[in-house]
Amino acid sequence: MSVVGHQPPPFFKRGPAPLARLAFFVILSLALLVLDLKYRYLELARQGVAAVLYPLQRAAYTPVDLYEQLGGYFSSLSTVQQENDLLKRKELESAKWLLRQQHLELENQRLRQLLDMKAKQPVSSTLADILHAARDPFSRRVIVDKGNQHGIVAGQAVVDEAGVLGQVTRVYPLQSEVTLVTDKNQAVPVQIVRNGLRTVLFGASDGQLELRFLAANADVRPGDQLVTSGLDGVYLPGLPVAKVLRVDRDAAYTFARIVCEPAAGVEKHGQVLILGLREALQQQVEETGTRDKPLKAKRGRKRDG
Amino acid sequence: MNIQPTHSSRRILLPVRQWFILFSLAAAFFFNLIPLGNTIGVPDWVALVLAFWSVREPLRLGMGTAFVVGLMMDVASGSVMGQHPLAYLLLSYAAGGLSRRILWFPLVQQALHILPLLLATQIVMVITRLIGGADFPGWGYFLGSFSGALLWFPLTFVLLLPQYQPVEKDENRPI
Repeated sequence: MSVVGHQPPPFFKRGPAPLARLAFFVILSLALLVLDLKYRYLELARQGVAAVLYPLQRAAYTPVDLYEQLGGYFSSLSTVQQENDLLKRKELESAKWLLRQQHLELENQRLRQLLDMKAKQPVSSTLADILHAARDPFSRRVIVDKGNQHGIVAGQAVVDEAGVLGQVTRVYPLQSEVTLVTDKNQAVPVQIVRNGLRTVLFGASDGQLELRFLAANADVRPGDQLVTSGLDGVYLPGLPVAKVLRVDRDAAYTFARIVCEPAAGVEKHGQVLILGLREALQQQVEETGTRDKPLKAKRGRKRDG
Repeated sequence: MNIQPTHSSRRILLPVRQWFILFSLAAAFFFNLIPLGNTIGVPDWVALVLAFWSVREPLRLGMGTAFVVGLMMDVASGSVMGQHPLAYLLLSYAAGGLSRRILWFPLVQQALHILPLLLATQIVMVITRLIGGADFPGWGYFLGSFSGALLWFPLTFVLLLPQYQPVEKDENRPI
């Protein structure tokens, strides 16, 4: 059938047969797949290769950069002026809140002291630019221009001016990867503003979000605002995440199908804020629970041996 | 009749240089790195060039190369490690196996042979990711293979450019 498939005469030694070589490499890549998907052992190797590839990646970004600069050059002055007007109006509208915020924060602190409650932690933040969407078409991620060197660690929440954008999932030395809330595997614990109902928001396939596992008679209406509940210890409580678009209640299913729309400009380019990590919540009960388990397992193994 | 299993230019080509194969792969990798976001219909340049050299020079381009290039693609695109190597390996093996058959055909039919190979590469990637719990990227994802197959003609011309001999008439030379 082929040159490759032919058995070569013994005086043209070419190593193992192609099928054997194929089998070897296929097994190797399957092993890599399992290691990465199941156990995530390959992050260090990925970091190493990524560091080597970084200059190439930056170089590959120049054509897009040039194109954007060209577009910006030809965009008329009027667009910029319109944008400027809009921003001024927005600033005026938010000024009444901002002016009072300092006062309110101080008051809040004092009241909390009076009530002997734990003070709310101040949160640091880093401003970052979205460079581009990640090439992987199977997930919804973007690359931002701040990384390890700027003190970013995996797990930090990312917001823009309108709401929660996602979470940092992988950090490279000078870049990091943010998984958007619209990714299928990204879950955000949320709360409905109107009635305080707590639930978990998942990404859906088409840039929208979905409230899963809510009973068909749950009190959710189209137009409800969803904010983070802060139960996960990742997102600060009260950040807007999404708005309920429609609720399909079908008696044939146990759960209602609730489609939501992200509040933040997800999948758009611009500047974002990477919020600092929250301090871990105190979970003494759970900790003791997890401490017990390995001990038991060890004892079990000893008995087996 | 044209016995020579090259394409219809009927030229006898110079032997290929190893560095040019590697250079073209590196260039394809660079093209793949250009961040176009989720634009549909962008071909996977590395798969295309890999298929090209696997068809043209199945003995020069090993599966080891396909594996290493695939790993680099995995890191660059932030996908699961092993997804690209697996797909590229199968592509390289299939293209190498079919090379004697494909090279007999004119370029249009060659492209028709390449199309199912590229589609199979994408399908392998989709299956690996779906097993891993990822989202289906939509049917537009497969358009990349079609544009890749359309590019077979210009690609053949560009990648064979260093191998063309100067057209000079020499009466004393047999070929």
